Formats: sequence, structure tokens, C-alpha cells
Amino acid sequence: MTEALTLAGASVTLGGHLALDGVSLTVRGGEVLGVLGANGGGKTTLLRAALGLARLTSGEARLGGCPVGSLSEFRRALLAAYLPQERRVGWNLPAWSVAALGLPHLPPAKARAKALSALAEVGLGALAERGVMDMSGGERARVLLARLITTGAPLLVADEPAAGLDPDAQLQVMELLRARAAKGSAVVVSLHDLTLAARGCDRLAVLAAGRLVALGPPEQALSPEILRQAFGLDGGLISTAFGSVIAAGRIAKESNPDNTGEVNDRREGLAR
Amino acid sequence: MNLGSDPRLILGLTGSLAAVFALAIGLGETPLSYIQYHQAFIDMSSAPAQILWFIRAPRAVAAALVGSALGLAGAVMQGLLRNPLADPGVLGVSATSAFGAALVIALGLAATPGAVQMAALGGALVAGALLTLLAARLTEPQTLILFGVALSSLGGAATALVFNLSPSPVATAEVLSWLLGSVANRDWSDVAVATAPAVAGMVICLWSAQALRMLALGEETAALSGLRMARLRGAAVAGAALLTGAAVALAGVIGFVGLAAPHLVRGRVSDDPARTLIPSAIVGAILLVAADLAARTIPSSEELKLGVVTALFGAPLFAMVSWRAARSWRG
Repeated sequence: MTEALTLAGASVTLGGHLALDGVSLTVRGGEVLGVLGANGGGKTTLLRAALGLARLTSGEARLGGCPVGSLSEFRRALLAAYLPQERRVGWNLPAWSVAALGLPHLPPAKARAKALSALAEVGLGALAERGVMDMSGGERARVLLARLITTGAPLLVADEPAAGLDPDAQLQVMELLRARAAKGSAVVVSLHDLTLAARGCDRLAVLAAGRLVALGPPEQALSPEILRQAFGLDGGLISTAFGSVIAAGRIAKESNPDNTGEVNDRREGLAR
Repeated sequence: MNLGSDPRLILGLTGSLAAVFALAIGLGETPLSYIQYHQAFIDMSSAPAQILWFIRAPRAVAAALVGSALGLAGAVMQGLLRNPLADPGVLGVSATSAFGAALVIALGLAATPGAVQMAALGGALVAGALLTLLAARLTEPQTLILFGVALSSLGGAATALVFNLSPSPVATAEVLSWLLGSVANRDWSDVAVATAPAVAGMVICLWSAQALRMLALGEETAALSGLRMARLRGAAVAGAALLTGAAVALAGVIGFVGLAAPHLVRGRVSDDPARTLIPSAIVGAILLVAADLAARTIPSSEELKLGVVTALFGAPLFAMVSWRAARSWRG
């Protein structure tokens, strides 16, 4: 199977500093790849670079086997769809109208039919006519997810789609993304919640200061060493009757604020 | 071009425009009897025909053209910048256009047929070309707004300089009067000069409709939507600049209509920036034809300026509509 997304030695410089440092990974249809890392670790830059929104200073990004820079806007949209971190909708558009924006080239009636089907898939079929500003944050997040689904793109990229949502809405968002992967899509999702990532993703890519420090299944990518290196946390993944959870405490950093540097091993006892 | 479908709304607004238009042609300073109205339709050389078809009609058409241009340009600017406070003047095109006209008037060339209009249009086109290049390259609306503010200040300062250096108080008064905005004494040839850029601007703006709708989700989503956003963004700016230039060339600087018209229709089109376009153009035309009718018929020692009337009567109405719509401005 052709890789939906390939990054080969991808580096991006932003404002004079290396935001992404030689990252290589591939994502295939049917899998959910979680992208993790502390704030400023390079998660969003990785997603943007993969989609051709951030210019690579070295390396290569491919979508569906084609260099992203060589794709026309139309072709790129056929290969990948993006849900950015920003969830603000400029106007109080009805939910179906937002979802229909996933297919701007289709005749309005066809786009509306696809949008209604996607809204039903995310459980908002009854709210199709409601303005997105009159919805809760969770509902709005699902409407935007419906737009992502409407595109029908083989690669779905979502930047922190669960941020700011209540636990139930977070799980719902992950379930919806997993359902798309089950139907053959490749899904790349950046997350801050490590437990959510461990439960919802097939593989995890962990970034620290722009470098890929782990890439693999959750139990491997969230090992105590990686948690310490990437997040400055002391802990690990624990299996429970309800699934895996992360139990970790913060390690105070007295001399070096850099997560990748030496840390003072004085535990503050903050449990996540 | 996907403008959505609002046939009932558009039909209703067109009917209202036709009614206001009929009033604008039928009513005026010179009262006419039924016989004179009849005469105006059967004898084109008669005095009533001259009043109706060569004084009031071109003036009403000019008002409708300027109103629709400003209404549409306002809707495009608000959609492009995702900002309900945007209007055709926000990018500085009105200011540079006004400077072009002011310069020609101050130089004593106002009597040359078409000189003021061409200068106003020229000022708009220079600014429009700069902004179009910028809009195609920049994705952040803030940068475009900041550039527009700079251009607006520059145009305003240049116009003030014209006042400052103008040797003749008569020319200065003429520039000031022109800047207040009016369609008084416009004839068919004036309308003809502004029609071509206005129609071109309208077609270009309507072409960019889908991009405006997509921009509701932000620049990054739009960039990956498959639409050719750089081209469409540039087209929206170029179209709005042509419309604004045409409006300023025909009637001087008229504020408020471009800001208010989109807000007056937004609630009827589910806030959709693309579906706002055509109704905004028609509402802009209705507002300005009605305002000009008021300017002509309100008893006063001197005819009121159109720009003054639109603001005086429209601002309270706009405040009321905005108050109702405030909840949809939330981010």
C-alpha cells in the first residue's frame, strides 16, 4: 500500500530556530498516528510541514507518494484534509454548511447531502440547521470533524481536536477518528492528553524540541525514559480494567528549563 | 461560482428596489401633474420627459449603481477579512481614489469631461493593484488591514495636502463638497464611465464567493480546501477595489452603506458570506436611492449631501440591526 504520508529528514526553521529537526516517519491507511510533545515541541509544525503549509528547510514531505510541493491545490485536497487547532468559525453558519465546506467543488445539493451524512456520522444529524456559534464547544468540534470527514480524503490530519473538550467529548472525537481509520483512512492527530493518545492511537510519534524521540506503539513510545526526556515527567503507562492510563509526576527543573536537558530529580508529587 | 439559492429574498429585494426607484423618478423638486407624467412617456422632447429621463433617472441609476457597488464591496471585505467591521474603505481604496479626484479638482481640471472620474478611478486602481499583489501573497488578514490603514492614512494626508496647497478657496470648497458625496447633476455619460469598472468588479467579486465562504473556517483550512486561495483572495480585493473606485468616481466618498448593507441581510442568509453578496448589493442600491430621494425632497435651504443623509438616517437603523445581530459576532 502507498504511504498516505511520508516525512524524510524533514526540518523546518521558524524565526531562526529549528522547530522541526530531521523528522522521518510514514503513515499508512487504516492506522491512527498520535503526535505528542510538550508545548513548543514541534507537533503543529510537523503537521503543517507534512501538508505543505510550512516550508521545509531540508528533507522531504510526500502525500500519497508525491512530493507535497509538486501538488496542485486541488490534488493536495484530494490526498489530505486538515483540521487546524483554531476552531473559530468566522460567521454563525449552519452546521451543514460548515460540513459541506469539505467539498467546495461539488454542486451545492451534492455537497449538502454528503455533509448531512457526515453530521449523522458524528451524531449531530438533528442539529444540521443550527448555527455553529449557538452550539457547545464539543458540538462545534464534532461539526468541524464532520467537515474533515466530508472531504473523503485518504489522509485526515487533526491538530489537537480534543483540546478544551470534556472527557466524554474527547473520547467521542477519538472514537470518530478511529472509525475513519477502520474504514481505511490514515489519521494523524496531535494530542496533549497522553492517556487519550495511549488508548486511541495505534502508534505514537513523540517530539522533544523538534526532534523525534520515539515512534512506535504506545507502550514503547510512552516508556518512562521517553516521558522523562520529552515531558519532564516521572511515570509510565499502567494497564487497568478500563484500559491503559498514564500515571506520572512532575520532576522539578531547577537549573535547566529545557525538557531534553538534565533534570533535577526532586519529585513534586503532582499526579496527572 | 456558488452563491447559494435565495430566490425569494432576492425577488423581494428587487421588488423593493423597483418601488424605491419608481419613487425616485416620480418625485422631485418640480411637481408634475398626471398629464405631465403621461406626456413624459409619449413625448421624449417634452419638458416632463427631460426631467424624468435626463435629470431624475440618471441620478437614480447613479445612486443605485454606487449603492450596489458599495454594498457588494462591503460584503466582500467583511467576508475576506472575517470582520464585521470591515467596509470598502478599510483597505484605503476610497482614500486614494478621493485623493485622485481632489487633485484634479484642485488643479482646475474639473470642467474637463470625465477627468475627475478617471482620476478617482486611477487612484483606486493603483491602490487596488498594490493590495491585490499583497492579498495573493499574504494569508493573514491583519497584515492586509494594517497595510490598508497605512494606505488610508497616506491617501487622507495627500488629500489634506491638496487642501493645504490649493491656491483657490473656490477649488477647496469644490473638493470639500465633492468629498461629502453626492449624485446631484449626474447624467448618463457619468453613469456610463462608472458602469464598466463596476460591472467588472461585480463579476470578479461574485467569482470569489466560494473563497469567502471557505475563509469562515480560517486561512489554514482554506489553504487546504483545494480552492486556489491566492488567486481568489487577490480577485476579491481587485473586485472590491474596482467597485469602490467606480463608486467614488461617480459620487465621491459615501460611507456607511458598505458597512451596513451586509449586516442588514446577513440574518436572512444564515450568515453565509457568499449568499450575502447579491442581497447586499441590492440593499446597498435601495439604501442609496432612498437616501438620495430624501436628500432631494427634504425641505432645506440647500440640497443635503448624500453622504450626510446616509449616515444620519442609516446609523440609528444600523445600530439597531447590529444590536440584534451581536450574538453572531462572537468568536
